[in-house]
Amino acid sequence: MTDPVTQPFIQVRNVSKYFQDFCALDSVSLDIELGQKLVICGPSGSGKSTLIRCINRLEQHEHGQIHIDGQLVDSSPSGQDVLRNNVGMVFQQFNLFPHLTIIENLMLGPVRARQMQESEARELAMIYLERVQISDQLNKYPAQLSGGQQQRVAIARALCMTPKIMLFDEPTSALDPEMIAEVLDVIEELADSGMTMVCVTHEMGFARQVADVMLFMDHGKIVEMGPPKTFFTAPKSDRCKLFLSQILRH
Amino acid sequence: MLLNALLIRFLSPSFWLRLAGVLCFAGLGGCSDNWGWYVVNPATESGRQNLFFLIDGLYFTIGLSVTAILISICVGLLVALPGISSRRAPKVINRVYVELVRAIPILVLILWVYYGLPQVASISISVFWAGVLALAISDSAFQAEIFRAGIQSIDRGQYEAARSISLSYRDTMRFVILPQAIKRILPALGNQLVYMLKMSSLVSVIGMQELTRRANELVVTEYRPLEIYTVLVLEYLVVILIVSAGVRWLERRLETS
Ligand SMILES: Nc1ncnc2c1ncn2[C@@H]1O[C@H](COP(=O)(O)OP(=O)(O)OP(=O)(O)O)[C@@H](O)[C@H]1O
Ligand SMILES: [Mg+2]
Repeated sequence: MTDPVTQPFIQVRNVSKYFQDFCALDSVSLDIELGQKLVICGPSGSGKSTLIRCINRLEQHEHGQIHIDGQLVDSSPSGQDVLRNNVGMVFQQFNLFPHLTIIENLMLGPVRARQMQESEARELAMIYLERVQISDQLNKYPAQLSGGQQQRVAIARALCMTPKIMLFDEPTSALDPEMIAEVLDVIEELADSGMTMVCVTHEMGFARQVADVMLFMDHGKIVEMGPPKTFFTAPKSDRCKLFLSQILRH
Repeated sequence: MLLNALLIRFLSPSFWLRLAGVLCFAGLGGCSDNWGWYVVNPATESGRQNLFFLIDGLYFTIGLSVTAILISICVGLLVALPGISSRRAPKVINRVYVELVRAIPILVLILWVYYGLPQVASISISVFWAGVLALAISDSAFQAEIFRAGIQSIDRGQYEAARSISLSYRDTMRFVILPQAIKRILPALGNQLVYMLKMSSLVSVIGMQELTRRANELVVTEYRPLEIYTVLVLEYLVVILIVSAGVRWLERRLETS
């Protein structure tokens, strides 16, 4: 905290998370620098979702600390503020608000949480809708869009809060195969624009393209971590080798 | 099977409308010596007066029910919110309120509020507001349960999405959860309004000049219970069928939006 220059943007220190007696995260430590793109993979139940949900406090961890921008993330007002101002999230199930139109979905956060003028929020929303190429559907309801379009709207909704870092939890897992590419393209473009991101995904082609750092988790622990080149070609642990061979087979 | 068919028959509004039609026809036509429709025959001066006397009670029945349900919806929502908390204390408050209020018969509550409350609180309370208060309290326990179920039926992902765009708890409820929950519980709210319209007849016991009270009073002076109570049944029937249709119309409108 004394030296803000070398301080990583997100600092996860010995974070453990228990569901009753079950240890979902086992003393995980992790640094994420601004601009970095982290891709997390690992078998089902290994704690990937739990890790990124702890980062934006959708889950509360029992042990350890998470700092974002030097600020401890906890239930205090300042801990909440640092989340509000910095972290956006995209969910596997989109979680759009079904009773609101697309444009209303995007404007809700800026207008209500940022006290932005409606007209200003609308302009902002249009910018991001254009960016995810949905600008012609703004008055439809989420149910009237395809899965891929819904997920792109969800990305735009998160971007409207102008976060410094975006968390993606398996953003394409609920999609039909033909829609995966359109969503990954949008995320890739976002990565190219310099957005810091943490993405849980099993799309290894995408990971190879985008990731600065690959991260393999198993049983609530980070088992392997490194640049994609060495990660894919020369994984050190057997578990990671096995996982990659299974997932890359088809 | 037979029972089912019979049930469907008896539960359909059209059956009852037809039955009512037949009864009216039989009565007005004077086919039977038992009927004396002259008491409410709009063609005669006294019959018209009696009829208007009965129908005027609608004003109070509806005023009473609508005021009470508006209050009970507000109170019900306020009671429901602690019920969905993850902490223990608010939940207990919710449970105690619901269980206590639900255990009191409406009639008893009406009597207690009208005769008992003024003694306890040394305030005088009008018949109307005593009725509203008793109906609203009684109904609020049911409203609380309806709201709780409605709110709990909303997917957890909606809360998480709201949180991820930094909405406060209040804004999350107001703009995300409640609009969806209310859409879902609208049929139950409609039922509750119908129930309230019927239960408002109990307020007649403390002298509220609503439909039932007026019918009772007219029966005392005219001594024509069959005709007068038939009119009373029809009055409730018409009001409630209109309310039901209104609720269904509203549901359809919300469905398409
Ligand atoms: N709310 C919860 N209550 C109890 N156990 C939970 C809860 N959430 C997660 N878990 C458990 O914690 C473990 C890690 O879950 P997590 O969702 O982080 O896994 P994951 O790596 O994201 O898996 P997947 O690929 O299936 O999404 C799992 O074994 C899961 O059963
Ligand atoms: Mg997961």
